Amino acid sequence: MNVMRKTLLISAMVAAGTTAQAANVSDDVVKIGVLGDMSGVYADISGQGSVEAVKMAVEDFGGTVLGKKIEVVHADDQNKPDVGSVIARKWVEEENVDVINGAVASSVTGAVTKFMSSKEKITLIAASASHAFTTKACSPFNAHWTYDVVSLANGTVKPMVQSGKKKWFFVTADYAFGHALEKVATGVISNNGGEVVGGVRAPLGTTDFSSYILQAQSSGADVIALANAGTDMVNALKTAAEFGVTDMVDVAGLLVFTPNAQALDPAVAGGMKLTTGFYWDMDDQTREWSKRYMARMDGKIPAMPHAGAYSSTMHYLKAVEAAGTDESKAVMAKMKEMPVEDFFSRNGYLRKDGRMVHDMLQVRIKNADERRDGNDIFAIEQIIPGKDAFLKLEEGGCKFALES
Amino acid sequence: MFDINLFALFGQLLIGLINGSFYALLALGLAIIFGLLKVINFSQGALYMLGAFGAWMGLNYLGISYWWALFLVPLAVGAIGILCERFLIRPIANEDHLYSLLLTFGVALVLQGLFTHWYGSSGLPYAIPDELKGGFRLPFMYLPTYRAWIIVVSLAVCLGTWLLIEKTKLGAYLRAGTENPQLMQAFGINVPLIVTLTYGFGVALAGFAGVLAAPVYSVSPEMGSNILIVVFAIVVIGGMGSIGGAIATGLGMGVVEGLTKYFYPEASNTVIFLVMVLVLLTKPAGLFGKEA
Repeated sequence: MNVMRKTLLISAMVAAGTTAQAANVSDDVVKIGVLGDMSGVYADISGQGSVEAVKMAVEDFGGTVLGKKIEVVHADDQNKPDVGSVIARKWVEEENVDVINGAVASSVTGAVTKFMSSKEKITLIAASASHAFTTKACSPFNAHWTYDVVSLANGTVKPMVQSGKKKWFFVTADYAFGHALEKVATGVISNNGGEVVGGVRAPLGTTDFSSYILQAQSSGADVIALANAGTDMVNALKTAAEFGVTDMVDVAGLLVFTPNAQALDPAVAGGMKLTTGFYWDMDDQTREWSKRYMARMDGKIPAMPHAGAYSSTMHYLKAVEAAGTDESKAVMAKMKEMPVEDFFSRNGYLRKDGRMVHDMLQVRIKNADERRDGNDIFAIEQIIPGKDAFLKLEEGGCKFALES
Repeated sequence: MFDINLFALFGQLLIGLINGSFYALLALGLAIIFGLLKVINFSQGALYMLGAFGAWMGLNYLGISYWWALFLVPLAVGAIGILCERFLIRPIANEDHLYSLLLTFGVALVLQGLFTHWYGSSGLPYAIPDELKGGFRLPFMYLPTYRAWIIVVSLAVCLGTWLLIEKTKLGAYLRAGTENPQLMQAFGINVPLIVTLTYGFGVALAGFAGVLAAPVYSVSPEMGSNILIVVFAIVVIGGMGSIGGAIATGLGMGVVEGLTKYFYPEASNTVIFLVMVLVLLTKPAGLFGKEA
């Protein structure tokens, strides 16, 4: 099929005298590549769910834009930066992919965005946490959608410090993501009059956290912050509950996705507060979309990256239509001009540096007696306005955005 | 950085012993299988994961309590192991060890992939049984009842297995059967049956460890591959195939790892491999292994 398309393309180019037709949509199709972890540790927060979410956006948009077909392709980046960038290169150079939606692991996203920017193509980042993509590694072609480490720290840490929990202890995943989260959260703590009394760096994939939990307990901290994710976070929290720590001090999970919360017994996780960019059961709008998603995903509820994947794709397609072309710079200009208002994004807009600023949610994990069923996991405590949740443009240090 | 708090140190030592007893249980299964079958069983981690999922499935689909799961799940996992041995491993039993290693590795990947497909990668919740909730307040730390239970039951199983293999007639058959299968068959003993049952028992131990782990660790498809490499290192340090060595090294490495977590956490998942390198350099057959 690939060969056929190439042959067609070449013959078309020859026929047109090697210059592409004045058509506004390159090669007569708008092609979206969904890159994600399809089978590894992040499969539940991206993977097939993101592919379905993007397909839903395309279907809801009508399947065509500017009279041209919209196509969705997907691939497994295996959480490896080299694999991710090879796929991106193949997509862009050989298969005429116009935009990539995805990559989860921040390392993969870093590699992919760098490549895409060099080709002047847009990356919609719906699942990654690092705030680098809109600060020191920012690019005019990045759109960082769902959340980032700064909004997590602001949403979860700030209110706790302000309510008098001054002493913090970190259990940090010992790699780039954990370090970044710890650094940002530490900044929030000290800016609000709190202090960090200790911390441990636990290797990724640690099974037993009891040693670290004991150290945290004897540190005299008011709060144990878990600057880790996924299975690490689940294991650490389980251990904290088992050792009776959760009865005495607060445990704050800095990055908790809905599937992680579902992997925890309510007796263990009930009451914990956290920040999320989206919750499926927030209101009628979110429920309507989530029910359609669940019908396609064997009843699994969407995690925030899935909703972000839909929202970012929809906004991209609207921008293509408004710009009348799929040329990246024109589309990005429209994306930054139009407000982002849908079931996912409230009061949202795409800022100059590529940060999609929207309201975040502070939620509490429900106890067993509050839950209707297995999907009823969060109670919304507070809505954090986008301007308070995310880093300010001036603080981020994104060069092109500050100069323009 | 090295301000040593004696109470904290005791706490870390005890935790090391708890984890060590867990390692011992897993290493024991591997050591038995290697000792008697000469198969390096890379699917042990996946079968451990299967044990934990078995406990979850039993509870959620069939209403089987933790206590019954502790008994039934190892039987089921053992049965799966027996099928594996009979239909997959035996046909290549006479080939190089690499073949069975690759085969079991493949089985592990398939199992892991299937469970990721069915249950996702995030894991499933499993509560500690009511009887084992709570804990004891020791002078230097709070010891959850469940952790005490892990240490007691793991050591009991390890000791029982060691006695069975080293001190009983059945154990003598097992050992003889691997030493010289032809001679044993000449005596009228069904060696292939013994081999199959041994493999079944070895993987049942992994299933048992999986059930034990379900309430305290995340029940997820990756749980086996995370722990397997460490357990392999322990078997190598103890001496491939040495059963007593696996148990003693499991406990010892648990303590070493526990202390590392206290003094220099960043190295905690490397320290066991460091010990492995040192042991291999000085005693290539492992601490308790016989020189070939």
